[in-house]
Amino acid sequence: MTADPTPLPRPGTALALTGLTVSYGAALAVEDVTARFPAGSMTAIIGPNGAGKSTLLKAALGLIPKVQGEARAFGQPVAQAMARIAYVPQRAAVDWDFPARVIDVVQMGLYRQTGLLGRLTPALRDRAMDSLARLGMADLATRQIGALSGGQQQRAFLARALAQQADLVILDEPFAGVDAATEAAIIAVLHGLRSEGRTIVAVHHDLSTVTAYFDRVLLLNRRSVAEGPTGTTFRRDSVARAYGNQLLAAIPA
Amino acid sequence: MTAAEFVPLTLPPLVIATLAALACAAPGNFLLLRRQSMLGDAMSHVVLPGIVAAFLLTGSASPAIMLAGALTAAAVSALMIEAIRRATGADPGAAMGVTFTAMFAAGVLLLETSGASAVHLDVEHALYGNLESLIWLDATGWPSLLDPAALATLPPELPFLAAIAATVLAATALLWRPLAIATFDEGFAATIGIPTRLLSAALTALTALAAVAAFSAVGAILTIAMLTCPPATARLLTDSLPKQTALSLALAAAAAILGTLAAGDLPPALGLSFTVSAAGCIATLSGLFLALTAAFGPRRHPSGPTR
Repeated sequence: MTADPTPLPRPGTALALTGLTVSYGAALAVEDVTARFPAGSMTAIIGPNGAGKSTLLKAALGLIPKVQGEARAFGQPVAQAMARIAYVPQRAAVDWDFPARVIDVVQMGLYRQTGLLGRLTPALRDRAMDSLARLGMADLATRQIGALSGGQQQRAFLARALAQQADLVILDEPFAGVDAATEAAIIAVLHGLRSEGRTIVAVHHDLSTVTAYFDRVLLLNRRSVAEGPTGTTFRRDSVARAYGNQLLAAIPA
Repeated sequence: MTAAEFVPLTLPPLVIATLAALACAAPGNFLLLRRQSMLGDAMSHVVLPGIVAAFLLTGSASPAIMLAGALTAAAVSALMIEAIRRATGADPGAAMGVTFTAMFAAGVLLLETSGASAVHLDVEHALYGNLESLIWLDATGWPSLLDPAALATLPPELPFLAAIAATVLAATALLWRPLAIATFDEGFAATIGIPTRLLSAALTALTALAAVAAFSAVGAILTIAMLTCPPATARLLTDSLPKQTALSLALAAAAAILGTLAAGDLPPALGLSFTVSAAGCIATLSGLFLALTAAFGPRRHPSGPTR
């Protein structure tokens, strides 16, 4: 393939959601969410339980049907940009008793390169091992995944995403139930990806680390409550609005 | 037993049972890991009404017609399960249970009240299999295996099952990588370009094919033993999916061969005057393998923390 003589400028938006609405049965889980995730940014999606955070990500990726709205990545419909996107589901979403080693899981991230019958070339094997090494997991490559701790499982998942070499990495609660060392390792890798110009979007629960970890936030409670740079958006009043009902409901009248 | 007895009387059921067992064990591994082994039970039961209906519609009992009927019934049952689930909010297991028992019962009624039982289908064979009657009368000994005239009179089930087993094993090998990824992490699989719904449908179709094969050999009720026991046993022996699958095929073949031999030869050897059902022996042996492995097999990932 020859190079495009007049390359278009790199689009400034990694992911754009427009009027995204998702329903579970009759109930709307996500309602009319419009949000923009600039390329090279690192965004936390924050909101109370049941706010539709995971649902928003899954619908954006086309994993569950949307009622309305559109998701575009790098200027294209998401379905056409999937090769540039890595998705890290919630750790609890899979059965870790599955018969596989850590390196087998990481090599799943190379499926687009190997396809149905393609062989793992030495270069691809190296890529998988390097991904593990970046998370300090090289020693555990041949460990059974069932024998991993929660933090190690999460690192294996992130290593699989690294092996995909994606420009947009979407993570569902990457810090849920992990140890402090894992959290530090993961955040170092994510910040490294950001410094390479890649885009990170993560569902996040720990409000105390939002400012340190993320440069942007999307506050969600079925609808988008607020969206923007952490410094101006992650403020007490907007967070209270996102969590408001739940906080009040927890306190006796 | 002499070759003159073994080749015509024991070898065909032995080979047929082995082919059916291999066809079942391969997709059975993925059903097990997806916690969908009941889907295999459903498929093995809906095969019956499919075959009977196909026979009544076409008047033909050829393998191709039988297969088409079974696969159609499998597709109909998959739609019915989904429809019941949506209409009643029942969990998938309940929807499956309702569907396959109702369709199986309808198949039994259809079989009893129609002319199908006069041909080669009857209820007992449908339930417990038909292995002992699959004999090769023109065979006189081992040389018959190289005699085209004798080979032409092989039970038609044998080439039919050979084709099914080859198809199922080849398809499982071809779809190995996406099946493994989608079984472990379906959401992730969808994001890397694996058509997960199509793949699930393909696994269902392979299971239906395997169920058709097993139906001819061990009958509807015992098919689930062939689909479930060898993979479940192999799962206890290894933490590697390729090894698990290879072991499950070996265990399936062992149960089929030993079961068939034991059914015919063990009771006389013990001085008893009767023989027992080969299908029953195969299923019992499969269960015995699983029980022994569970009791004495290696404990998997002994250092593994509980989640």
